[in-house]
Formats: sequence, structure tokens, C-alpha cells
Amino acid sequence: MNYLLRGVLVVGSVAALSLAAFSLPVSEARGDNDEGEGRGTLMPRVANKAWQQECASCHIGFAPGFLPKASWRKMMGNLDNHFGDNASLDPATRDEILRFLEANAADSGSSKIGSKTMRSLAPGAAPQRITETRWFVNEHDEVSRATWKRKSVGSAANCAACHKQAEKGQFDEHRVSIPK
Amino acid sequence: MSEPRVMSSLIVLCGLLALPAAAADTARSQQDRYAAVAGVQAFSDSRGSALYRTEHASRNGGTVSCAACHGADPRQPGKTRVGKRIEPLAPSANPERFSDAAKTEKWFRRNCQDVLQRECTPQEKGDFIAWLINFK
Repeated sequence: MNYLLRGVLVVGSVAALSLAAFSLPVSEARGDNDEGEGRGTLMPRVANKAWQQECASCHIGFAPGFLPKASWRKMMGNLDNHFGDNASLDPATRDEILRFLEANAADSGSSKIGSKTMRSLAPGAAPQRITETRWFVNEHDEVSRATWKRKSVGSAANCAACHKQAEKGQFDEHRVSIPK
Repeated sequence: MSEPRVMSSLIVLCGLLALPAAAADTARSQQDRYAAVAGVQAFSDSRGSALYRTEHASRNGGTVSCAACHGADPRQPGKTRVGKRIEPLAPSANPERFSDAAKTEKWFRRNCQDVLQRECTPQEKGDFIAWLINFK
């Protein structure tokens, strides 16, 4: 094989490989994977415009897969008093968001985090705080109370304080940086 | 082309040209609407400022005000209770403010309930905007 042909082949394969790499579905964000479950999809990156707009103004858009359908139904039925704040919506927007949440909830079978969350819940449970699910508590057991209370963190609901890519659905344990 | 058809085409064209202008909301257009509903001629920026800063008893036993989350200076970003950034309220610092009347109404409804435990009146909303548009 002459050098020219070999060069063309090399360039061609590199181009094909990079194309393949860049065209991997971006909808699948990968999270931490140090628990012997391989490199599966921990939390698929799903989005809905109304959800983004309405649920992610005051806090980050908490992925639907963190809580079961029953939780989301209860929450969306009580938006007038949403953890002490008024987060009321017009009925059409509320219903659209609820459908999105249900379709991607922990018990919809679409994410690993969802399955983990469900394994730690009593049947029929409808927790309202992600931070109260046993899965969350276990994952964060090394974080002290004082750390949660730091001004730079604000509250355990502020995922992005330590998980800088939380907004993108990435919670990789190795990329956590806890602010001072 | 016959004359009536030219006329109707012109009317349609004018209508299309006028549409974007009619659809865009501004701080002024929202004030005008509040003025019409409240039956008032003028809004007061000092009342708007007082509304922004006054502390009220909150549901959890503490106090709450608009400024508590939006910050002392409405030209600066604020922070929600869980630490998320709130873009500045003053239109001079954030041109998106008051560009969508439905959004304005939604946030007045929610936040007045949180701070005042009731909805704000059209007079109060107009005063609030009167104060905010003074910031350069």
C-alpha cells in the first residue's frame, strides 16, 4: 500500500470515529458509576419548555426521575403552598408539566436513579423532598450538617452548589466540589 | 389587479406591519393597563419603593420583603431562597423585564401572595413599575 493511500485511510478513519463520537445521543447524561453498575444511563437528560420555564426559575430543574409519579401528582396539586412559597400556575401549564413529570418519573423505568429511588421507597410512598428519599440520604451521608448550612450552599436543594453540572443532569461524584 | 383587491392587499399588509408593535409589552403599556383598571392618573415611585422594601410577617414566623430576595439594589441580581440567581428587576439592567405582560402578572400574583399574603392591587403594581423604571 502506498503512503498516500495509507494517509487517506488514516484520516478517513479518524474522521469517521470523531463523527461517531460527536453524534452520540446527547440526551443521555452519564452520572457517577462507581457502584458496580457499569456505565449505564444514570439520569437521562429530558426537558420540557414549560417545565424549564416554570420549575427552574427559583431552583434548578429537579429531574423528574428523582421522585415517583405519586410525588409529582401531590406536588402539582399543591402549588399554592410549595414549601411555603406560592408557585401557582394556570391549569393548562400545570397539567402539561405534570404529564412530563409522570412520563419521566422514578417509577417510569427510564433511569437508574429512578430505579434506585424506587428501591428505597415504601410502596405507595409519595415523598415531597428529594433530600428525604433514602437513596439521597445514603449518597450524601459523608456531608456534614454544617456543610449543608454554609452560606455558599444555602440548602440541600441547591444541587448546583457542589454538582456544577447539575443543571445538565450530571451528578458525577468525582466532579463534586464543595464550596467553602 | 382590480382596485378593491389592491386595497384589501394594502389593508392586510398594514395589519401585518402593525402586529409586532401591538404584541410587544412594555413597562409603560402595563402601567397604562393598571391605570385603566385602577382608575388612576398617576403612579407614585415613592410608594413603589416602600412596597419593595417594607418587611412583612412571613408564614414561617420571620419577616419577608421583595428586597429580601431581589436585593437592596434592583439593578443588581438577587438570590432565591435556595440560592438561585434572580436577574435584576430594573429594566435598565435587564431589558427582558416587563416585556411579557403574562409573565409580569404571574410573578406579581405569586410573589405578592408570598410577601403580602394577598394579591397586589393594580395601583400597587403601577407604583412598583413607576419606581423601577426610574433606575438608569
